Amino acid sequence: MERKLMLGNEAFARGLYEAGCGFVSSYPGTPSTEITEFAAKYPEIYAEWAPNEKVAMESAFGACLAGKRSFCGMKHVGLNVAADPLFTISYTGVNAGMVIAVADDPGMHSSQNEQDSRHYAIAAKVPMLDPSDSEEALEFTKLAYEISEKFDTPVIVRMCTRIAHCQSSVKLSERQQLPDKPYVKNIAKYIMMPGMAKKRHPVVEQRTKALTEWAETAPVNRIDEGSDSSLGIITASTCYDYVKEVCADKYPVLKLGMVNPLPEKLIKDFAAKVKKVIVVEELDGIIEAHCSSIGVKTTGKELFGNIDELMPNIVAEKLGVPYSTGSKLSEEIPGRPPVMCAGCPHRGLYYILKKHNLTVLGDIGCYTLGATAPLNATDTTICMGASVSGLHGFNKAGAAGLTGKTVAVIGDSTFMHSGITGLVNIAYNESASTVIILDNSTTGMTGHQQNPTTGFNLKGDPCTKIDLESLCRAVGIRRVRVVDPYNLQQVEEAVKEEVGCGEPSVIISRRPCALLKTVRHPGPIIVDESKCIGCKACMKIGCPAISIVGKKAVIDQTQCVGCNVCAQLCRQNAIGKKEA
Amino acid sequence: MTKNIMIVGVGGQGTLLASKLLGKLFLEKGLDVKVSEVHGMSQRGGSVVTYVRYGEKVFSPVIDKGQADIIISFEILEAARYVDFLKKGGSLITNTQQINPMPVITGAAEYPSELENKLKALDINLECFDALSIARQAGSQKAVNLALLGKLSNHFDFSEQQWLDTIETSVPAKFVEMNKKAFLLGRNA
Repeated sequence: MERKLMLGNEAFARGLYEAGCGFVSSYPGTPSTEITEFAAKYPEIYAEWAPNEKVAMESAFGACLAGKRSFCGMKHVGLNVAADPLFTISYTGVNAGMVIAVADDPGMHSSQNEQDSRHYAIAAKVPMLDPSDSEEALEFTKLAYEISEKFDTPVIVRMCTRIAHCQSSVKLSERQQLPDKPYVKNIAKYIMMPGMAKKRHPVVEQRTKALTEWAETAPVNRIDEGSDSSLGIITASTCYDYVKEVCADKYPVLKLGMVNPLPEKLIKDFAAKVKKVIVVEELDGIIEAHCSSIGVKTTGKELFGNIDELMPNIVAEKLGVPYSTGSKLSEEIPGRPPVMCAGCPHRGLYYILKKHNLTVLGDIGCYTLGATAPLNATDTTICMGASVSGLHGFNKAGAAGLTGKTVAVIGDSTFMHSGITGLVNIAYNESASTVIILDNSTTGMTGHQQNPTTGFNLKGDPCTKIDLESLCRAVGIRRVRVVDPYNLQQVEEAVKEEVGCGEPSVIISRRPCALLKTVRHPGPIIVDESKCIGCKACMKIGCPAISIVGKKAVIDQTQCVGCNVCAQLCRQNAIGKKEA
Repeated sequence: MTKNIMIVGVGGQGTLLASKLLGKLFLEKGLDVKVSEVHGMSQRGGSVVTYVRYGEKVFSPVIDKGQADIIISFEILEAARYVDFLKKGGSLITNTQQINPMPVITGAAEYPSELENKLKALDINLECFDALSIARQAGSQKAVNLALLGKLSNHFDFSEQQWLDTIETSVPAKFVEMNKKAFLLGRNA
C-alpha cells in the first residue's frame, strides 16, 4: 500500500482507524490534540470532545464495555484528571479493546510541568507502549488493541512532543472490520466494591507477570546489533532516534517499545554481551531504576539528568561521539516570548484588572499570557480550574488587606473542564468571590477546538450550546453579568461593582477569539502623527501591533485588526480609523 | 548523507506550509523524511522553528547546533537567533523584515542594529532579501512564506514545474495563483 508523510498524531489516528476503533472521546491538550482531530475525519469513527479527560476516559470505558474498540487521548497533565478511572479500569479490564494516548512534553514547549507519564503506567499497573516515530505510532496503536484484548487491560500509548509533532513516512493498510463484542453482565469483574476488588487485584498482578513474560520476546522490544560491544545502550522513544543519529550502528542498542512492564531476561542477556550499559531516556530514570532492581549495573541519569528534553548533541557528548557546533553572533539576541495576539479580547480585560491593582488567580489557556510584561496582570497558574477554587480559599482565608481585591480568570473551555465545581463551592460555601469567565467562543491555545459552550461538536455539526449565564445562575450565583472586553468603560464598571460586592458573582467577558475565521474585523486603525505626543499610554496594553518609532506610536497595519482598545487609552484622540 | 534544513520565524508567519511542501517533494523523490514542528503556546507570536531532514534513513526529528545545511528565516532577528545551528559554510537565507518582539516593544531590550552586516562576518553563505515586498507584489503580504520558498528552491534540483505542482496540491484553490506568483518572484529574486 501507499506510503504517506504523517504527523505522529495523524499516524496514531490512522492506527485507530485501521484497528477498527469505533469510539473516540478526548479533551484537547498540546501535544495530543491532533490525534482526535484526525480520528474525527474518518466517517467510520464516532469522535467527540468531552468536557474533560476524566469524562473522556469514562466514556471510552463505557464504549469498550458495550463492545466497540475505544480510545481517549490527552496530554500528560490530562492524565492527572483521568487518573481516577484509570486506576480502577486497570482492575476491571475491558470488553472490546481500550487504548489511551498520553502525550508528554519534555522541555515544556506548551505545558505547566514536565511530569513523566510512565510513572502512571507503573502505578496503575497497565501496559504502556512508547513509539519512536510516526510508523510506530500507527503500528503500536494497532498492537495496543491486541494487547488490550489479549490481556484484558486498558493500554496506554505514550507520545511525546517530538513524536507527536514530527511528520515521517508511514505505510497504510485497510481498516479491520470487527463485529461488536457482546456485552455480558459480570458483576465480579465490573463492580469494584471491596469484596470484588480484592479478588481483582491478584488478577492484575498476574496480568503484569504475563505481560512481563510477553515483553521478553515481543518484537516491540528489539536489539539493533552494533560493531563495538564495549558499550551497550538501552533506550526508548525519541532518545532511540538520537542514539541512532549520533552512533549509527556502532554500539548494540536495546530499543524498548514497551516501557511498562519492562522485560528482565532480555535486559540481563543484553547487558551480559556488552562491557557496560548506558540508559538513554528523557525525564525520569525509569528504565535505569528497573535495571538496577534486577541487578543490571547501568549509568544514565548521572550523565543526562532528568530535566528538559535531550537533543542529539547532548547525547553525542555523553556517549563520547564527536560533534560540531556552529558560530554565534557575539551580541545578545532579545527573546521572543509568545504574546497575546493583536485584537485578543483578553487584553482589554487584563488592562482593567491591572489598572485596579487586583490580585488575579489565573488558569490554563492563551490568557495565561496575561502574566507577561507589560500587562503583568496575573498572579498564579496551576492547573485547569485552579483559579476558581483557589480564589475561594484565598478569600475565605480572610487575610487582612486582600479581601475584595482578588478575582479569578478562566476561559470558557477551561470553565467547562474544571471550573464549574469550584464555582459550586463558591456558591455553596458562600465566599464573596468574583469569577471572570473569558468567553472567546473556542478552545484557543490548543488551536480552536469546539467545546460545550460553542454550539458545535467536534465534527463541526451544530449541537446543544451550554448557556454560561444560566449555568452560573443554576449553581446559585445571583450576580451574573456579561461585558464586551473591547469596551473598556463597560469592563471597568462591571469590575468595580462586582469585586467587593460582598457576595459571589460572575462576569462573563464575551468576545470571540480574534483568530477565528468567522470573525469579521473592522480593519486596521492608525496613529495621527500630528496628534500623538508620545506619552506611551497605548503601550500599556502590550499589543504586538503597536510600537514607538522615533517618539511617536506607530500601528503595524499588517497585524492590527481594529479592536480599538488602544484608541480608548489615547487622551489625545490620536488613534482612529484612517480617513477615507 | 542526511541533509538538514531549518525554517525559523515568528509564530503566525506561515512557516508550517513551507515545511509541508518540502516534506512532500523529498518523499516523492523516494527519500526518508522527517519534519518537526512545534505547536501550541509558541505559535502565539513567539519564536518558532521547524526542522526538515531528508536522506537514506533519518533518525532524529530535530536538528542541533552546528548541524543545519540551510536555514531559511522569515525574520532577521530570528536568523540571528538560530545562526549557530548552521554548519560551517552552510547557507542562511533570510527575509530582511523586522518584527519587534515584546521585550523590544516594552523597551526592556533593543532590537540589534545592522544584523545583516554582522551575519555577513560569519563563516556562512548569506542570502538576504526583502520577501515582504515580493509577497506584496504577488498580491498578499501573507505570501512571504512562498517568496522565501522560491528563493530556497534554487538550492535543490527539483524542476520549476515540480515545485509549482506541489504548491497546487498543498494550498487552497483560491490562493494557488497568488502563491505560485510569490514563489516565482522569490525564485528569481
